[in-house]
Amino acid sequence: MKVVVDTGNHIAALAAKLAKPDVVAAYPITPQTTIVEKIAEYVAKGEFSGDYICVESEHSAMSACIGASAAGARTFTATSAHGLLLMHEMLHWAALARLPIVMVNVNRAIGPGWTIWSDQNDSMAQRDTGWIQIYCSSNQEIFDSIIQAFKLAEHKDVQLPVMVCYDGFILSHTSMPVKVPEQKEIDDFLPKREPAWVLDPENPVTHGNIIMPKDYPSIRKAMQDAQENAKKLIPEIAKEWKERFGTYHGDLIEKYRCEDADYIILSYAALGAESKVAIDMLRKEGKKVGLARLRTFRPFPSEDILSLAENADLIVIDRSISIGFEGPLFTEVKSCLYEKSDARVYGFIAGLGGKDVRYTDIGKIVDRVIERKQDGVLWYDMEGGK
Amino acid sequence: MKKYDVVTTLSYPKTGAMGKTGTWRIFRPILNKDKCVKCLRCWIFCPEGAIIRKEDDSVEIDYDYCKGCGICARECKVKAITMEREE
Amino acid sequence: MSLKDLPKDEYLLPGSAACPGCPATIGLRTVLKALGKKTILVVPACCTAVIESWYPNSSFNVPLLNIAFEASGAAASGIVSALKQKGRDDINVVVWAGDGGTYDIGIQAMSGAFERGTDFIYICYNNQIYSNTGIQRSGATPYGAWTTTTVGGKGEFPKDMGAIVRAHRIPYVATACISYPEDLYNKVRKAKEIRGPKYIEVLTPCPPGWRFPMDRTVEMGRLAVETGVWPLYEYENEEMTFNGISRAIFEGKYKRKPVEDWLKLQGRFSHLFKPKRDEERIKRFEKFVDDMWERFRKEFG
Repeated sequence: MKVVVDTGNHIAALAAKLAKPDVVAAYPITPQTTIVEKIAEYVAKGEFSGDYICVESEHSAMSACIGASAAGARTFTATSAHGLLLMHEMLHWAALARLPIVMVNVNRAIGPGWTIWSDQNDSMAQRDTGWIQIYCSSNQEIFDSIIQAFKLAEHKDVQLPVMVCYDGFILSHTSMPVKVPEQKEIDDFLPKREPAWVLDPENPVTHGNIIMPKDYPSIRKAMQDAQENAKKLIPEIAKEWKERFGTYHGDLIEKYRCEDADYIILSYAALGAESKVAIDMLRKEGKKVGLARLRTFRPFPSEDILSLAENADLIVIDRSISIGFEGPLFTEVKSCLYEKSDARVYGFIAGLGGKDVRYTDIGKIVDRVIERKQDGVLWYDMEGGK
Repeated sequence: MKKYDVVTTLSYPKTGAMGKTGTWRIFRPILNKDKCVKCLRCWIFCPEGAIIRKEDDSVEIDYDYCKGCGICARECKVKAITMEREE
Repeated sequence: MSLKDLPKDEYLLPGSAACPGCPATIGLRTVLKALGKKTILVVPACCTAVIESWYPNSSFNVPLLNIAFEASGAAASGIVSALKQKGRDDINVVVWAGDGGTYDIGIQAMSGAFERGTDFIYICYNNQIYSNTGIQRSGATPYGAWTTTTVGGKGEFPKDMGAIVRAHRIPYVATACISYPEDLYNKVRKAKEIRGPKYIEVLTPCPPGWRFPMDRTVEMGRLAVETGVWPLYEYENEEMTFNGISRAIFEGKYKRKPVEDWLKLQGRFSHLFKPKRDEERIKRFEKFVDDMWERFRKEFG
């Protein structure tokens, strides 16, 4: 074990290298670019033994990963924003084909106008593709999550692709110290992939031909079952990692000072980290507030949220908006409480297009709720600030 | 043939995947073996692979799957195959 | 080389969902005989997705990956990389795509795979239309042809995909036609032995799409070559060789049959002849073919 101080993107590239993918296919896009550059550097130095395909688009990046994964390879890619949107069709393809591809998505807002700063609209728009989505709030969590993602994706009861998301620039270009195990230790944790099916001339199969309505639902149901299985496996894998390497970031959610809380903030990614600071501030002011940071959005931690709502009201902060309704997490939190809980749920939209959300802003959001000045959804971004 | 456990659109090779496609036929190719010169044109041009090539390069029609397109009759240089309306 | 030299092995199994008289299945049978068992096919959306038949059965006896319409070149690159990592250099990775998936929606991924030097064979079976969706125009549809989206006849000429691919300077580019199985077989065999990207485009005359009786599939391909509408060639190490009748046409030893001989047999061109002869459009079609051969002579003569 050693400590490496580096940016979120370089840490992601390092994790990908240590997971020993057979094939990486990727296309550069800000703010993901330094991941593909770092992998290219590993290749040039002979430190990466896999095949690195520099494709001509993100659509092709995902298509190449699908081809490679279907031929039995462990595959990795990374993208961001418009690249992720261009992949959209192939994200469905990868999940329906049950290929355990691991991808980093460096969250970035969608243009026009061109923006390179963070929000989660890009990955939230991929909610229904069948991918497992993990959101990180520190570079250590990025490292740990990528390697754990391979183990989860390739588990015989899962066989689904995993997207590891984190905020552009806020994490991607910020250096933090990260504990990095030795290659041998990673190899012990993450054995070679055993494909659930493979393109093999010795055992010819056709994948993806015409399927009649009577058969199609079973394909979808199997994906749903796999997500349910992932719900059980994510904590197990996190536990094993903790026992081996000492770092731990929570299971489906990370709870912070929730025990006696009257209000619990629900958020994800970098806003989750910022909320922790806010909680400490609010606690000093005598306000009983806790944080539940969602690590996974798919599978959705509905049981966890239900148990949080037993003794507290919930304050949901989305760095994303489903135009025409409200924040996606806000919607889903309410849906899993329906008819099972009397907790009140408050919704805030904050930080779109990279607009800064400081712990003091989160404090103000909580104060509004405590002072009963808030009902329905509030666009905190419109309140001024920077 | 190994069958995989994972549930996805995995399909396995099968002759007659669409059943006996010979039932699609309206015209039936009739081979006159006496005229056949074993040139194999009917065999290679059959879209269905329904002309069976024997050891000695003589041919036989597989009526289970022949869809009756008539390419074999048209491409036969010695007119050894004729098309007759199915009963 | 005669038909007797072609192997008996069949990797496309009888009893598939293909239309009677389908040219794609004629091509597939010949191509798979040349490729053999150690082959992985990549198939984008096209008629072959139907020819495979329905889940959980398949009419293919080689491994086959269906992929999105525009994605075959990239998926092939991925498979090739995975096989390389496994140390398997004995497996042919072959894209089998229609003209829609090649000329139009798939051109980017194909071009990318060529530029990257992916060791694979890209075979475009060109029936000059989107036939799977019910006969719509593609970038390969000939001038004047009726389709459901060019109701009065297409107003534009097709792309020269051969020239586009040759411009990638890949080691092997060839054209073929299902009516010349030995030629097609030999070209696939040759492509198999060459490292790097290979492109073979096979003309596949489609009875319902071109509007001709289903027993004339092979004849329609032959006429396309004899009229010079479809040239047969190989472009290897930047050297052009015309094959068969196309060679005789190129060398001036065979007088091309009138283009009309080919047009007249197809319902999709019937409006050029009935109710009254459309001299102007027929002339434009002929000139397009003349110009193509003139260009060949200038460039490769």
